[in-house]
Amino acid sequence: MRELAPARPLGGPAVPLAPLLWAGAVLALVAPPLLLGDKHWAISWPKPWIVPLKAWITAFMTWLRDDLSFGLFTFQEATRFLSWLLGQPLALAGALLADGFTRGSGSDAVLLWPPLPWLAVAGLPVLAALWAGDRRLALLVAVCFAYLALFGQWASAMTTLASIAVAVPIGVAVGLLIGIAAFRRPWLERVLTPLLDLMQTVPIFAYLVPILWFFGFSPVAAMIGTIVFAMPAMIRNTLLALRRVPVETVEFGRMAGCTRRQLLWKVQVPSAAPGLMLGVNQVIMLSLNMVIIASMIGAGGLGFDVLRALRRLDLGAGLEAAVAITLLAIALDRLSQAVAARGPGERSGPGWLLIAAALVAAAWLVGPVAPAVQRWPDAWTLTTGTAVNEAMIWLNLHAFDTVEAAKGWLLVNVMVPLKRLLVGLPWLGVVAALALAGWRLGGWRLAATAAGLTLFIVVTGQWEYAMVTVYLCGLGVLLAGLFGMPVGIWASRSEPVHRVVQAVIDTLQTLPSFAYLIPAVMLFRVGDVAALMAIVAYAVVPVIRYTDHGIRHVEATVVEAARAMGCTRGQILRKVQLPLALPEILLGVNQTIMFALAMVVITALVGTRDLGQEVYIALSKADVGRGLVAGFCVACLAMIADRLIAAGSERLKARLGLA
Amino acid sequence: MRPVKLACRGLWKLFGPEAPRWRGRAPDATALASGGLIVAVRDVGLEIRAGEIFVIMGLSGSGKSTLVRCLSRLVEPSAGAVLFEGRDILAMREAELIELRRHKFGMVFQNFALLPHRDVLGNVAFPLEIQGVPRERREARAREVIALVGLQGRERHYPRELSGGQQQRVGIARSLAVEPELWFLDEPFSALDPLIRRELQDEFLRLQSVLHKTIVFITHDFDEAIRLADRIAIMQDGAVIQVGTAEELVTAPATPYVAEFTRDVPRAKVLSARRVMRPAVASNGLAGEVPADARLASIAARVLASDRPLAVVEDGRVIGVLGRDEVVAALIGREPVDA
Ligand SMILES: Nc1ncnc2c1ncn2[C@@H]1O[C@H](COP(=O)(O)OP(=O)(O)O)[C@@H](O)[C@H]1O
Ligand SMILES: [Mg+2]
Repeated sequence: MRELAPARPLGGPAVPLAPLLWAGAVLALVAPPLLLGDKHWAISWPKPWIVPLKAWITAFMTWLRDDLSFGLFTFQEATRFLSWLLGQPLALAGALLADGFTRGSGSDAVLLWPPLPWLAVAGLPVLAALWAGDRRLALLVAVCFAYLALFGQWASAMTTLASIAVAVPIGVAVGLLIGIAAFRRPWLERVLTPLLDLMQTVPIFAYLVPILWFFGFSPVAAMIGTIVFAMPAMIRNTLLALRRVPVETVEFGRMAGCTRRQLLWKVQVPSAAPGLMLGVNQVIMLSLNMVIIASMIGAGGLGFDVLRALRRLDLGAGLEAAVAITLLAIALDRLSQAVAARGPGERSGPGWLLIAAALVAAAWLVGPVAPAVQRWPDAWTLTTGTAVNEAMIWLNLHAFDTVEAAKGWLLVNVMVPLKRLLVGLPWLGVVAALALAGWRLGGWRLAATAAGLTLFIVVTGQWEYAMVTVYLCGLGVLLAGLFGMPVGIWASRSEPVHRVVQAVIDTLQTLPSFAYLIPAVMLFRVGDVAALMAIVAYAVVPVIRYTDHGIRHVEATVVEAARAMGCTRGQILRKVQLPLALPEILLGVNQTIMFALAMVVITALVGTRDLGQEVYIALSKADVGRGLVAGFCVACLAMIADRLIAAGSERLKARLGLA
Repeated sequence: MRPVKLACRGLWKLFGPEAPRWRGRAPDATALASGGLIVAVRDVGLEIRAGEIFVIMGLSGSGKSTLVRCLSRLVEPSAGAVLFEGRDILAMREAELIELRRHKFGMVFQNFALLPHRDVLGNVAFPLEIQGVPRERREARAREVIALVGLQGRERHYPRELSGGQQQRVGIARSLAVEPELWFLDEPFSALDPLIRRELQDEFLRLQSVLHKTIVFITHDFDEAIRLADRIAIMQDGAVIQVGTAEELVTAPATPYVAEFTRDVPRAKVLSARRVMRPAVASNGLAGEVPADARLASIAARVLASDRPLAVVEDGRVIGVLGRDEVVAALIGREPVDA
């Protein structure tokens, strides 16, 4: 392959050489295993050569936890203190919303004062909706909270809400401060940016392992995990929002004679408020996204209900709790957006606060004597859980054969062969092929990056798991594309379809990723097929969104010109809109890969044998090295795909003159 | 002559990757030719006198905003000196500079730069709040200047509830709240519709007739410059290529560029009686008197309506006569050669 290097033409397509090049690459991938057998060192990385990174990390973390001392206090004391500190507001919120104020602990606990009655907890957000939005929003919020009460999710939802209510303000405040610090100090931003990028690509599971390691299995640890996961969004939005404050506004502040501190707090931060509110909204959504995952390290509440239901395959109960999380997310999302959209000085005044205070006081006073105000009566709850489970049984009785046949066909003819092929690929050939792709798309640096990231996976001994991940993820992306692109194209050509599709994908995006596993397992039971279906369902959203958006935003004059030349609608689509929308569609594919990777890790719960499973096992064994290495490998996969596709999209844009 | 309020000498501002190499000294010719420098301000020297309206005028990108920001040190000049009442502001420490900006400088911005989260009163009172003036006093003062710019009754409105013209009135009020001595205005009316622009220009002249500030006014609109300026500096590619009254620029352009700029100027609005008169001392048989610095536009009708010429008077003395021939010659662009 090397010999062909100098023939790379400048600019235009390398007509005769490119096919040769790619044929060579494919040959290099497929031929060696046949020639050398699959034990050769160039095919599968020999075990003795594996870099014991896992062991090193574990040893380092053990040293941190057990031996590191800062003189006055040890590392462990520091984490314990932090955990105690964060535990205080969490305990308060828990008492307020879920458990009531008690004296003593365990079974001797005496209830001093009950928690906030359900009427007040549901009433406050409805009031807030009326204050910030309109009746429709209030109705939406009321319906969401009514679901929680009606379907018996109230107690769990309050535990979840308590954790969110503490995690969000902390995440927002710390994120804001870090964002401001990075805004003022360019060096800090340079350090922070790659770290944030990495955090975005390392699967959430993998974060949990070190947190579990340092903070143990507890609600506080879960909350820390939630904060760590959600805070980067606040940092990014803070940086972005501060940067978008008009130069003139800052100059005005300086001309008025502001000190640096006055400039920041009286001019820049308030002027950046809309962007900052976007960050708050994202922190809320990410925290809710994290609810189920956080329950793996000790969060109770709705997340734990879903997890437990999934483990027991009690899908009816799981579905109800997952819907509860989704509705909570929708309510808080719309509410925070409405608050953010309020202009300054709109309908403020003490009236609303007074009503809210009156509501809380009244409910709290009446609560102890009127049980229906204090607790939603059990008699009023209903459940669809049994119905869902019965439907499952019915489905298994009647559709079992068909589904099973389709599943079997898919496994035998597509999935298993593909898995074998990928797992059997020679690592050396893959490294070379990815380097070649990197070189063609972005030059030497990209080639080195792609090769380096791939080599990391190889030398840490994660090759086989990574290839299983690639197989599931790749197939998922392929199917998502095959389904999503036509839908996106259709939506781009018809306004009603566009609206319906938009509403559906917006809703899909609020669902916690775990929720996708439930219907998949209902239909296909545990295994690779269920995992694949969950991945496709989760990852199809960006393909649709970007295809639709890309085609819609092709420049109108170009489309008009094509129409003036007499192109049919089909010709315009094929010859004008699709090619010009391709860079954007590629970005959608990129997003899809990221979504698929995030989901693949979660499908470990339904028994896949990939990197996600490694992280999952590490989590249950608190094996910090194993979890982090597998997590980094997922990040490597994500970065390889991301960099290559981004470079391809850039090249395409440059060629189309869109850059 | 009135004292110099603000002056600059040998002022340079460079941007671009090579710029840091030229801190504190003027770049040499090879560096300028190399292409690694963007010269936003090129060796500018100016003297602005107390109480005058000094207009800096040039096309977009000619360096006006950068120059005015160097004068207020919002942008750190690469080289040169800026003297406010004789003190070099480039040598000042941060604290001194803040004091100066709090009490002596005011600035109005092209896009208003109002704080979106504060109402009109809050915006106007802001510079006083920064100084630590107690709420009562600063709000009373803010109400005063709000009334001065004709916005009374709108104190509780937010910027987004105001029209562009009203927003700029707030910007003007806000910059006047601290009673600055030196008033910078960077294209304050350029973002407004022509009619509103006109209205605010009148408003601005009215304010100045009461306040007598020293004003540095930026514009890219020569008509605006003529209406407002005592003196005009023309900028091209970062350099000031001519400074003078509108009349001087029109009648004696220093370069073809200035001539091109001033070609379509309505001459009647620029030329004064002194410029177009026939020098004479006798005052027999004249139809009346006109002041020497009166613009042609304001006296042409009288001259043309009269059979006999008018006397041009300065300090009570007749210095020339002005008849139909002189006026017509001036208006069609054949004014007498410079005396
Ligand atoms: N921060 C900056 N970085 C680089 N170039 C700048 C910067 N600010 C201004 N310039 C350049 O300096 C020149 C003068 O700009 P400016 O002062 O804004 O002109 P004007 O106000 O007359 O339109 C322009 O060529 C502009 O591109
Ligand atoms: Mg400008």
